[in-house]
Amino acid sequence: MRHVISALVQNQPGVLAHVAGMFAARGFNIDSLVVGRTESPDLSRMTIVVVGDDRVLEQVRKQLAKLVPVVKVRDFGEVKYIERDLLLVRVAVSAERRPEVIELVNLFRGRVVDVARSSVMVELSGTEDKLEAFIDLARTYGIRELARTGVIAMARDQQKAAEETE
Amino acid sequence: MTRKKTSKSAAATGYMGISGAELLHEMLLEQGVETMFGYPGGMVLPFFDVLYSSPIKFVLTRHEQGAAHMADGYSRATGKTGVVLATSGPGATNLVTGLATANMDSIPIVAFTGQVRSHLIGNDAFQEADITGITRPVVKHNYLVKRVEDLGRTVREAFHIARTGRPGPVVVDIAIDATTAKLAEEPDLELRLPGYKPQTVGNVRQVKLAAEAINASERPVLYVGGGVVLAGASDLMRAIATKGSIPVTTTLLGLGSFDESSPLALQMLGMHGSASANFAVQDCDCLIAVGARFDDRVTGNLANFAPNAKIIHIDVDPASISKNVVVDIPVVGDAKDILTKMLPLIQEKDRSPWVSRITEWKQRYPFRYDADGHIKPQEVIETIGKMTDHDAVVATGVGQHQMWSAQFYGWRRPRQIITSGGLGTMGFGCPASIGAQFALPGATVIDIDGDGSFSMTMVEVITAVQYQQPVKFVVLDNGFLGMVRQWQEMFYGRRYSSVVHKCPDFAGLARAFGAHGIRVSERSELADAVGEMLKHEGPVVLHAEVEPEENVYPMVPAGKSLHEMELGKLA
Repeated sequence: MRHVISALVQNQPGVLAHVAGMFAARGFNIDSLVVGRTESPDLSRMTIVVVGDDRVLEQVRKQLAKLVPVVKVRDFGEVKYIERDLLLVRVAVSAERRPEVIELVNLFRGRVVDVARSSVMVELSGTEDKLEAFIDLARTYGIRELARTGVIAMARDQQKAAEETE
Repeated sequence: MTRKKTSKSAAATGYMGISGAELLHEMLLEQGVETMFGYPGGMVLPFFDVLYSSPIKFVLTRHEQGAAHMADGYSRATGKTGVVLATSGPGATNLVTGLATANMDSIPIVAFTGQVRSHLIGNDAFQEADITGITRPVVKHNYLVKRVEDLGRTVREAFHIARTGRPGPVVVDIAIDATTAKLAEEPDLELRLPGYKPQTVGNVRQVKLAAEAINASERPVLYVGGGVVLAGASDLMRAIATKGSIPVTTTLLGLGSFDESSPLALQMLGMHGSASANFAVQDCDCLIAVGARFDDRVTGNLANFAPNAKIIHIDVDPASISKNVVVDIPVVGDAKDILTKMLPLIQEKDRSPWVSRITEWKQRYPFRYDADGHIKPQEVIETIGKMTDHDAVVATGVGQHQMWSAQFYGWRRPRQIITSGGLGTMGFGCPASIGAQFALPGATVIDIDGDGSFSMTMVEVITAVQYQQPVKFVVLDNGFLGMVRQWQEMFYGRRYSSVVHKCPDFAGLARAFGAHGIRVSERSELADAVGEMLKHEGPVVLHAEVEPEENVYPMVPAGKSLHEMELGKLA
């Protein structure tokens, strides 16, 4: 099972090494790990995509929570949430076929951010599935270079929805 | 002793103008530190200058590993937090084994290490090592302090983290300029630990569920680990066992939490545990684990561990629950809190059929050996047990002698055994026993050691001599690395590969160190030799030549279930 786990951590040196080291030492597999700032300058958010069975994921959550600089751990496996991954990709394409690629980019609601004689750079965000689908289609033209940020996620505001139904 | 423990608010003022080294010293006094162990060096000189006129007793060891184990032994003997100090680079890296040992057994230690000047960090400076990076996987938490303003708060946090929740070692690495700099203003000493909230209070509903399961069971067994000792919950656990007629088995670290002279005592379980304990666990219908973590040396083959039992797990560390064994009723929290709530819910119940079955097992399969030929290592330990009324504090190294100590000493009270369980650190016994003696000045402290383990750290006998610590070091010399030899005998066709271990005359060596030395090789002289050792007022090394190829039984071979143990001569 693929799970997106979010950890709020104290913004101090060594925290990333702490979390990454724990994952390595305990043999947990990370698909992606993203660190970024939050609304509070004292806190950073790590969004980690992990694959494992229920027992592995339970251990991941508990071992994360056990680290002193980790303030809060949330597994999005149990709630409705939005996830986004950002992609930059340089697609090899000649001037003649460029409109095909632009059409494809529009279908995926992406943007062309750079155009050169034999390539275009595309920016695209969305779920991992959506990005995979685009990459698959772009391969038919040829991919020169690709970079992804990894997944960040945020839960939908359930409280609000619940109040409305009452 | 100058300064009394100051109140928190008073301690937060009056530090402006003092140096980081002086602040560190003030913080140690505030934390109640009386004794610390370690070794000086370039990057900790400012602190040693403060120590020159300090009420804190600083014990200079012969090696930093010894210092870490002494701090560990000091803590295990008393429950206080052990404190160790080393310089940067090699001083700090020499602590690593000691930190890992304490971490695996949840022992509270705070280790201070010197670090090179903050602007040199990362430049491969002389005696520089990335000690927070190196120790991160083997400590509960660590810090690098680069600014004097952060030092006071960090020391408070380190002690708080080390001794609360599931205890463990904390490293505070301090750049030398943070100790030489003076505080330009009052430091903020408030803890900043938003992510550290150990769950100590047990959930009442879970406690009730657990008590109901215990009351409903016909054949319960208490499986008790070091957590009960750490929580100071041994009395409560005994009260529950007695009230419900529940037999008790302990892990290596739990030894002493339950008096082994009790009819309900099953002694140690696991790979070299008693046959009665292992049979009882496999046969029980309710297993109550308290402060234990289902280590592989305890469970044997996990798939077939306690197959008929409902499993209750009481532990302060949520990550220990269902890590190895899937638990039916988890209760997270401090063992003392949980057992206090549980005791009134436990029904007095007649479990005589179960208790009499256990008595039969105990009578049929006691730990035993044949007292013929050479002196047997087991009889040395048994003799020491009898001659100390089973009341000494006993440290051990790791290996056969450790298992025989666990089996034959006859444990009566908590904090009596000081041994490296989780990490299995050879060389632990000699320095750990010295640390325990510093903590308990009048007590009889004995290091029961093997020739292999003792050889690793015996240099610390000199420390015992320098500080006149009357530790009794017993070296059971079988001329082999015995446990490895046993495995080679049993599983590698007796091809003894690199286990022959030639020993010096440890008694003569002891005399050269300035201790008393005794050597014994005849059974008829054993009791006198032990008597002479116990009577001597200073440190003593007793070199006992024992049977070279004695094996530890019972033994559950790796991967087998507990009831499939090999009984050896017990059968």
